Amino acid sequence: MPNRIEPIHPEPTLPGAKVVISNAPKVRLATVWLGGCSGCHMSFLDLDEKLLDLAELADLVYSPIADIKEFPHNVDVALVEGAICNNDHLELARQVRERSKIVVSFGDCAVTGNVPSLRNALGLDDVLTNVYHEGPGKAPHGSADHVMPQLLPKVLPLHQVVQVDVFLPGCPPSPERIWAAVSSLIVGDAVILEPAMRTFG
Amino acid sequence: MNRADLAAMAQREQDRQDAFRCRVLCCASTPCLSSGGTAVREAIEKAIKDGDLDADVQVVSTGCMGPCSRGPVVTLKMRGAEDVVYEQVTPEAATRIIQEHVAKNEPVKEFVFPNDAPFFAKQHKVVLANSGQIDPESLEDYVARGGYTALAHVLREMKPDEVCESITRSGLRGRGGAGYPTGIKWDLVRKSQSDKKYVVANGDEGDPGAYMDRSLMESDPHRILEGMAIAGYAVGAEQGFIYVRGEYPVAAKRLERAIRAAERRGLLGSRMVDSQFNFRIDIRIGAGAFVCGEETALMASIMGKRGQPVPRPPYPSQSGLWGKPTLINNVETFGSIAPIILNKAEWFAAIGTDKSKGTKIFALAGDVNTTGLIEVPMGITLREIVYDIGGGIPDDRAFKAVQTGGPSGGCIPAQYLDTPVDYESLRALGSIVGSGGLIIMDERSCMVDVAKFFLDFCADESCGKCAPCRVGTVQIYKLLDKITRGAATLADLETLRELCVMVQETSLCGLGQNAPNPVVSTLRYFYDEYEAHIRKHKCAAGVCALNEKPMSPAVVAPPRPKRKVARLDELEAV
Amino acid sequence: MAVVTLTINDELVSAQEGQTLLSVLREHGIQLPTLCHLDGLSERGGCRLCLVEIAGNNKLQPACVTPAVEGLVVRTHSDRLVKYRKMILELLFSERNHVCAVCVMNGNCELQWEAAKVGMDHVRYDYLNPSLPVDASHERFTLDHNRCILCTRCVRVCDEIEGAHVWDLMGRGANSMMIADLNRPWGESQSCTSCGKCVQVCPTGALAQRGSSVAEMEKQHDFLRWILDGREKNVWEYTDAKSN
Repeated sequence: MPNRIEPIHPEPTLPGAKVVISNAPKVRLATVWLGGCSGCHMSFLDLDEKLLDLAELADLVYSPIADIKEFPHNVDVALVEGAICNNDHLELARQVRERSKIVVSFGDCAVTGNVPSLRNALGLDDVLTNVYHEGPGKAPHGSADHVMPQLLPKVLPLHQVVQVDVFLPGCPPSPERIWAAVSSLIVGDAVILEPAMRTFG
Repeated sequence: MNRADLAAMAQREQDRQDAFRCRVLCCASTPCLSSGGTAVREAIEKAIKDGDLDADVQVVSTGCMGPCSRGPVVTLKMRGAEDVVYEQVTPEAATRIIQEHVAKNEPVKEFVFPNDAPFFAKQHKVVLANSGQIDPESLEDYVARGGYTALAHVLREMKPDEVCESITRSGLRGRGGAGYPTGIKWDLVRKSQSDKKYVVANGDEGDPGAYMDRSLMESDPHRILEGMAIAGYAVGAEQGFIYVRGEYPVAAKRLERAIRAAERRGLLGSRMVDSQFNFRIDIRIGAGAFVCGEETALMASIMGKRGQPVPRPPYPSQSGLWGKPTLINNVETFGSIAPIILNKAEWFAAIGTDKSKGTKIFALAGDVNTTGLIEVPMGITLREIVYDIGGGIPDDRAFKAVQTGGPSGGCIPAQYLDTPVDYESLRALGSIVGSGGLIIMDERSCMVDVAKFFLDFCADESCGKCAPCRVGTVQIYKLLDKITRGAATLADLETLRELCVMVQETSLCGLGQNAPNPVVSTLRYFYDEYEAHIRKHKCAAGVCALNEKPMSPAVVAPPRPKRKVARLDELEAV
Repeated sequence: MAVVTLTINDELVSAQEGQTLLSVLREHGIQLPTLCHLDGLSERGGCRLCLVEIAGNNKLQPACVTPAVEGLVVRTHSDRLVKYRKMILELLFSERNHVCAVCVMNGNCELQWEAAKVGMDHVRYDYLNPSLPVDASHERFTLDHNRCILCTRCVRVCDEIEGAHVWDLMGRGANSMMIADLNRPWGESQSCTSCGKCVQVCPTGALAQRGSSVAEMEKQHDFLRWILDGREKNVWEYTDAKSN
């Protein structure tokens, strides 16, 4: 049997428990959206009424669904969706790592590179030329090129650029999977997923 | 042809050779030909003609004489005098040798390679006894030096089990690299019950820097045939195959001619040497895949299949070619057989060390003054090989390491230079004797880069059948490449080490099981070099570019309180 | 056939002599991951996932080709073996472009499922991202090299069961590729009978029914047992038992 790991906050221990606690500080939860389709976040929102349980236990301190400009300090758990495709992603991923106690690779793009990484086999220049500078509606090379974040030569999974603590595969991970992981994380438990809950794809 | 005919043939050839006042032996093996050996031979023939010496002097093209980096090499055998070896002979020098040494008996001193030089003095030639001494395309020349008498002796005087027993007593071990006792292997095949059995000579030498087998096949093909025929008699096989890699066309051609010549004279084929024994040998040419040196892949290739290994057991001695018991030995192993029979097992067992008997051929390459082909008694120290035979490191640079056993072997650093070269001692140092490649490296070599070179080779040569070798070698190469580019972290070093052990333990055949050896041994002896690449961005030898930075610089999590969230993979082990 | 007794994970187990270790393990409910093995085809011993420890043998042995012999002492799930299985799957995922999310076999893929079972939830090695073609020239099937793990089940089923030997390997090492005939587009192959056996035995999405979309492909290989029982025992009863 896996060792039970000391919770971040002593109580409540059961995820989903309808215990209202007034003085215990809430878990500082962040979700981050890098190179992905936001499907993982959609799936996260599909937690539906579980979101209310979550709100009792955690504060959402940074997220694409909350209007917060800068990634805050002292984050307890950060769910990172998406692969590392460009310099901005790289910078934000490093910032997330520096400021978060637990970083979760959230969904296949963060875990494997997934669909964004399909371009790796094709070569960056070819992809850019094909998509933006050729064919109907093509855009000329211009000053705007420098405004956009620079693409990395290869799309990378999150753990190749920063240390990752928990991997949550799936495209997207189903709400059940997300809840299994998140409900454990916010009470400080180890994440244990059944084989059927940890498949890629 | 019977034994008396054989003796008569030897006498006739000896008399013919003795009739010449001088014999000029020109090395016609690949290294000497590539450094201008053909032009030298032409100059010699022209000088002889011009000097009207035709009747007195015989010119012979021979196999390898040894000091390959000093080619073209020419040996002069004057009646009643010691042999004189000339090195780095140019056509002009060749003309002078004929005009001055042959005609006037005045040696051309500046080209003489002294006979008492340690290069020759420290060697002990058993398998290479005829190399550079005979014309490899002349059966008579081989017979004049006692060729085929061992075979004739075995067929007349010995029973198959006595032959196996004799080879066992000699202590001969497989020269292909693994060092399995040859006599025991022969006996296993002999005892296997089957209507048909096969003997296979492995001449698919593929290690970078190694050319012992090629040289032996090119220089003394009959010796291999004789050894195989004796093996055939000992194990009860009537068919042999020599597997020669496609890159060795000269070796294949000479073996082919040798087989034809021996068959014509009744020394191979049906009722050979007037006995009841039949033995045919055929040549199979490989297509250059390194993995075909592995015995099961080699046999697949002989049978016309894709050259990929199959899991052992069953071993070839139980089920080999076409499911029949098959004896498979390296060509050098077969080359050792005739001398063992002729001189008795005890003579052979007296050479070498306690557990590694006899002599071993090595191809000395890399940063030494004299590179070439050498045969030394087992148990000689690496220091003697590098500093005496090889003449030390050029420009007195510092010796750094020697890679033994090619890409399947490992490196041995300077502090172990006094290690005796035998199967057990080298294995204790994490390397192997292997087929016999010795690559000497001086201070200008970066060991990470060296490991990378060998892994590049192995990744390219992996057959692709099993996943750990096919992908593992590529990933090991990529991790090494990352280190040499400066993009690696210390975590990568751990990943590398773990991956190497996994590939060693899970791969299907010897190629994969040994492919990580160069990394494992350089990590063992030169860990600080790896670390310097990563921590200090420094390559002491100045070989690696190191012009990149790690993708994940030490960005680590802020310290967590006592609690710990286990990762999935850690939990899996629970 | 004689009955032999072996020790598997400290328990005594009986088996028929000559049976492979893998079939003994499966009979006793011990799960080992396999990819190149398929009941009804010759064994290959190439994926190395079914490696086990055998007492007295310092080398790990693949259970699929190791015969059950009297007195064998076998361990199937040591820490080392569990770790190696995971690493081998990591290597396989890193080799080609296995993007489960957009694969026809998503949800039904043996590679995907074996990874989940051993807990391989991320790949620590660099993805090699090779540029590989898709052969869609056949009127009924497609071959996507990006998903191929070179298990050669297709080669063996085509050679051993169908008798056509359309498939074989080209090149070596990581450059190995499945080829039809002597490297022709599949649709132009003159030896292919379009029987589809290769598609059904392929463990991944490399071989698929033409026109299938993401996660639409499902495969069945119990037909193999049915054909073999019919041929060998003249029993043509289709049982729906899951093979493999």
